[in-house]
Amino acid sequence: MSKRTLTEKGGRLFRATIIPITVLVVWQAFSSAHILSPIILPGPLAVIQKWWAYLLPPLPRNPLTDSWLSWALSGELPLDAFASFQRVIVGFLIGAGLALPLGLLMGANDKIYRLFNPLIEVLRPIPPIAYIPLAILWFGLGNPPAYFLISIGAFFPMLLNTIAGVRHVDGIYIRAARNLGVNQYQMFVRVILPAATPYILSGARIGMGTAFIVVIVAEMIAVNSGLGFRILEAREYFWSDKIIAGMFTIGFLGLGIDTVMTRINNHLLRWHRGIDA
Amino acid sequence: MLEAVRKDNVMIMEAPTLAGRQREDVQIKVEGVQKRFGSAEDTVTALKDINLEISDGEFVCLLGPSGCGKSTLLNAIAGFSPPTEGRITVDGKDVVAPGPDRGMVFQEYALFPWMTVRQNIAFGLELQKRPLAEIDERTETLMHKLKLQDFRDRFPKDLSGGMRQRVAIARVLALNSPIMLMDEPFGALDALTRRSLQDELLRIWAELKKTIIFVTHSIDESIYLADRIIVMTYRPGTVKADVRVEIERPRDSTRAEFNDLKKYLTSLVMKEQERFAEDEGKLAGLRG
Repeated sequence: MSKRTLTEKGGRLFRATIIPITVLVVWQAFSSAHILSPIILPGPLAVIQKWWAYLLPPLPRNPLTDSWLSWALSGELPLDAFASFQRVIVGFLIGAGLALPLGLLMGANDKIYRLFNPLIEVLRPIPPIAYIPLAILWFGLGNPPAYFLISIGAFFPMLLNTIAGVRHVDGIYIRAARNLGVNQYQMFVRVILPAATPYILSGARIGMGTAFIVVIVAEMIAVNSGLGFRILEAREYFWSDKIIAGMFTIGFLGLGIDTVMTRINNHLLRWHRGIDA
Repeated sequence: MLEAVRKDNVMIMEAPTLAGRQREDVQIKVEGVQKRFGSAEDTVTALKDINLEISDGEFVCLLGPSGCGKSTLLNAIAGFSPPTEGRITVDGKDVVAPGPDRGMVFQEYALFPWMTVRQNIAFGLELQKRPLAEIDERTETLMHKLKLQDFRDRFPKDLSGGMRQRVAIARVLALNSPIMLMDEPFGALDALTRRSLQDELLRIWAELKKTIIFVTHSIDESIYLADRIIVMTYRPGTVKADVRVEIERPRDSTRAEFNDLKKYLTSLVMKEQERFAEDEGKLAGLRG
């Protein structure tokens, strides 16, 4: 690697980290000056310490029962993160899995669209959070109400984008395909569906974002594990450092999920021109 | 003027004389076609009293200004938009829907962006559930014929306009349709790319003996390509002149016979263009 690219890389790294580092330094200075009580705002070092303790396994490894991997992941944080992640995935798959076929049908068929649309227009503005009381009445506590709430969060963005995607297929593709002799089934599977994928995938991404918001709320109310539960629990003990450590974990987990979604999108849409081209 | 043109080995027939002629090899027949758009109070007659007979293997250009209905006529023959009145038949059968016997090349290319070059070309054959080996062989042959073999796995977004139109032509050729309909296919290309694609099209046409109906508003392009040029009037679209081009190919746009025909066609087309411009002016006045 040449010197030039090295300095370029250094420059990029500098620009990417300068603001976060400044914030951390100012924050630490602020807390070291003891202006605010650590219960109101603990310093970043305290948060990192707490985060580390939260991450580590609580017990020494028992070679008879624990593999290295299960032991390394037996800390509170990995278990919480996994619990939240698993709820997001299950809830998302239920919500998106119902929204996709309905959206395809509604997009492709005007009669079905007119049949379902009024109900959807009424239900859509209700925030998933507003379903919490019903969710608990119907499903009690535990994972089921969480899945229910998350799937509602993922359902609507996915549904609306799928409908829009199918309805906005450029007429020129339809004409070209008819000219080449497609039947109805081929038109749908080989033309409309791929043409609608940019919309559908962006619906999936928005739905995943909503699912992630809802999981935290659901965990604060309906279950006894997960990152949302943990930060609310920490508040009861005035462990502000643990609250903040949990919040950052939520942030990184969300970033990770979004990065993976973007990668998948970019691969599936490698044919797509994008907005800038 | 007409006399001079005739002397130079170009035969021009005004539309009415053609209608009475009987021909045996007629493939596409357009009879009394009218096309109206819009509501009962506010209709636009896009096509009126169109009668045409096109023979097997003929290269026909539809020439005229914007709004003369040349694309409307092409779409009616393609089966996308049936005429309001009249009848279109291909090989004696009524045209009721689009189909692979009348392959269409669009100005906007209309390639499927999620398919590679190879997949685009193979698509029509896959729809017909042909054996894989046959699909492979035909797409390979076509990619070679149109010099696309080095681009087989590219997506359309990574191709130039000329390349895209080659793919679109290959996609239609894959269908083996006897008729090729082309809607200003080279309109968006630069002059040099356009010329090389015109030559390629002529080569393909000579080799495969397709019937081609080619819509254009370029007088030069129509003379360079066609056996026969149908000049259309501006709104309502009617056949203004039906001109047989009997200049030997390859045609040279600097030769006198080319120029004489060009002068004649220009005078016809520009009259229609003026009517179009007048209408545009009126519309602008209304809006202003």
